[in-house]
Amino acid sequence: MRKYYLEFEKPIQMMEEKIAELKKHLDSDFSVELREMERKLQYMLEMTYKNLTPWQISLVARHPERPIFSDYRDKLFDDFLEIHGDRNFRDDPAIITGFATLGNYRCVVIGEEKGKGTKDKLYRNFGMPQPEGYRKALRAMKLAEKFGLPVLTFVDTAGAYPGMEGEERGQGEAIARNLFEMSALKTQIIATVIGEGGSGGALAIAVADRVLMLENAIYSVISPESCASILWRDASKGPRAAEALKLTAPELLKFGVIDEILPEPIGGAHRQPEETIAIVRKALLRHLDELVRISIPKLVQARYQRFRGLGVVQVQD
Amino acid sequence: MAWFVKPQYTIKKSATIKQNEGLWTKCPECHSIIYNQDWENNLHVCPHCGFHDKLNAFERIQMLIDPGTFVETFNNIVSADPLNFNDGTPYIEKVKNAMLKTNLKDAVVTGYGKLEGHMIELAVMDFNFLGGSMGSVVGEKITLAIENATKHKRPLVIVCASGGARMHEGILSLMQMAKTSAALKRFSDEGGLYIAVLTNPTTGGVTASFAMLGDVIIAEKKALIGFAGPRVIEQTIKQKLPPGFQSAEFLLEHGFVDIVVERKDLKSTIARVISYIKGK
Ligand SMILES: [Zn+2]
Ligand SMILES: [Zn+2]
Repeated sequence: MRKYYLEFEKPIQMMEEKIAELKKHLDSDFSVELREMERKLQYMLEMTYKNLTPWQISLVARHPERPIFSDYRDKLFDDFLEIHGDRNFRDDPAIITGFATLGNYRCVVIGEEKGKGTKDKLYRNFGMPQPEGYRKALRAMKLAEKFGLPVLTFVDTAGAYPGMEGEERGQGEAIARNLFEMSALKTQIIATVIGEGGSGGALAIAVADRVLMLENAIYSVISPESCASILWRDASKGPRAAEALKLTAPELLKFGVIDEILPEPIGGAHRQPEETIAIVRKALLRHLDELVRISIPKLVQARYQRFRGLGVVQVQD
Repeated sequence: MAWFVKPQYTIKKSATIKQNEGLWTKCPECHSIIYNQDWENNLHVCPHCGFHDKLNAFERIQMLIDPGTFVETFNNIVSADPLNFNDGTPYIEKVKNAMLKTNLKDAVVTGYGKLEGHMIELAVMDFNFLGGSMGSVVGEKITLAIENATKHKRPLVIVCASGGARMHEGILSLMQMAKTSAALKRFSDEGGLYIAVLTNPTTGGVTASFAMLGDVIIAEKKALIGFAGPRVIEQTIKQKLPPGFQSAEFLLEHGFVDIVVERKDLKSTIARVISYIKGK
């Protein structure tokens, strides 16, 4: 049984509970009634998830049972070796860095980690990095550049942590430095937005050759709630802000901000974490195969052009 | 500390300053009443408490650039409305109103000119235009200015004043951070000298991109400089911030700013940095 249902999933919850109840009283799986109900459930999931609003997608992106970076780390790789610290201040648990092998590729892996369970979530600061997290990520990227290893980053954060220590240690400088250095890093970089892409805190590990995004992930300059509280002084108008911000994968693909939408299993990544991670694996391997064939100068030039070209303006005569 | 400078330049009247009946100005910090002529002559710095109030972009350019040498660039780039954003007032209308209010095309003016004889590439942000927010136009013009500086091998000066990214342009405003930073990386790799000038206030996406990437970073006295705005931090940590938190002096103390200057010394300080690094 699932523990957590979103508001709009209530009919799905009722059906899943009915099926579970029925299964309890059946001796075998061969029941016409059960088959019928399961078909119906599948249809409900399909219809619901095909027609999610941007706000509902924002909720799915932050679903408590959605696979987070540590799930990818554990299921994508069987040899992950974590490396710690920014060599300057401390090790930030909100960003995990390390070495791993994916297919035939030895990689440097960087992920924003929200944590599991109350204790771990607190330890990970709910995936909101401090400056030293971004500096650790940059150190890992510099290692990748030095030894010619591709970089895989996994974006999942509400944003860089807006606290006092972060300001004292230069949160702005840390993010800016990553944008500056990543733009010309001499190795392949693939960023995958797996959940929440929260503003500068997400971009700081996403200046990449390929930016992939799961179907129900979001990527935005500001959270819908904060946007609503600034525009209308009312955080409960998040649904309206989510609509206005155009923060879903299809919108971002149109703007050229991402390169590919990775489809999630029916009913969202939280219903089938393993299948979701398998989809991500296939996409990563395909893009790695493409990127390693491009010479490094060409790759860096294309990365520059990609970000150089983003934005929409009017030019008057 | 009170000081007055001799009026060295004729300064255009700011369109937006809080002036009473055109005669007096109230200092936003200590609430002293200051005769407008003194306020203008003193470059919007309070003679009583030393508060540095905002300058508009052209006042700033007149203050920094030798008379008759400024050439504005990229003045034909204006905002589009890629998101079709409407929060009650359509974004396009907000931009039009800001244009009327400030007589600017967007929140940055770019160009080149001489600063104490040094030809520099310059970008000046204006907080009066939608809070100095960075959308596609600001990002594009600053990038073009950086590319121009790279091409002509000129020192680059960017005067920052911004509340952060312009959310009306959504993710595209976020991408301007990457765009400007990438252009600065190329400029830097070519040996370009970039002086960032941080004025009150410099926050959000501008702080997390070009504001913090100067070879030398100069801040105006008491300017608020930060990544997160003070209100956001207070809401997050559920306590009041100590006085002076995120001030220019605070950043200097923590190692994120090289020099804190009074406004009257800004031009000569920039000139000295250029002279030391590039020669006379
Ligand atoms: Zn004035
Ligand atoms: Zn005063």
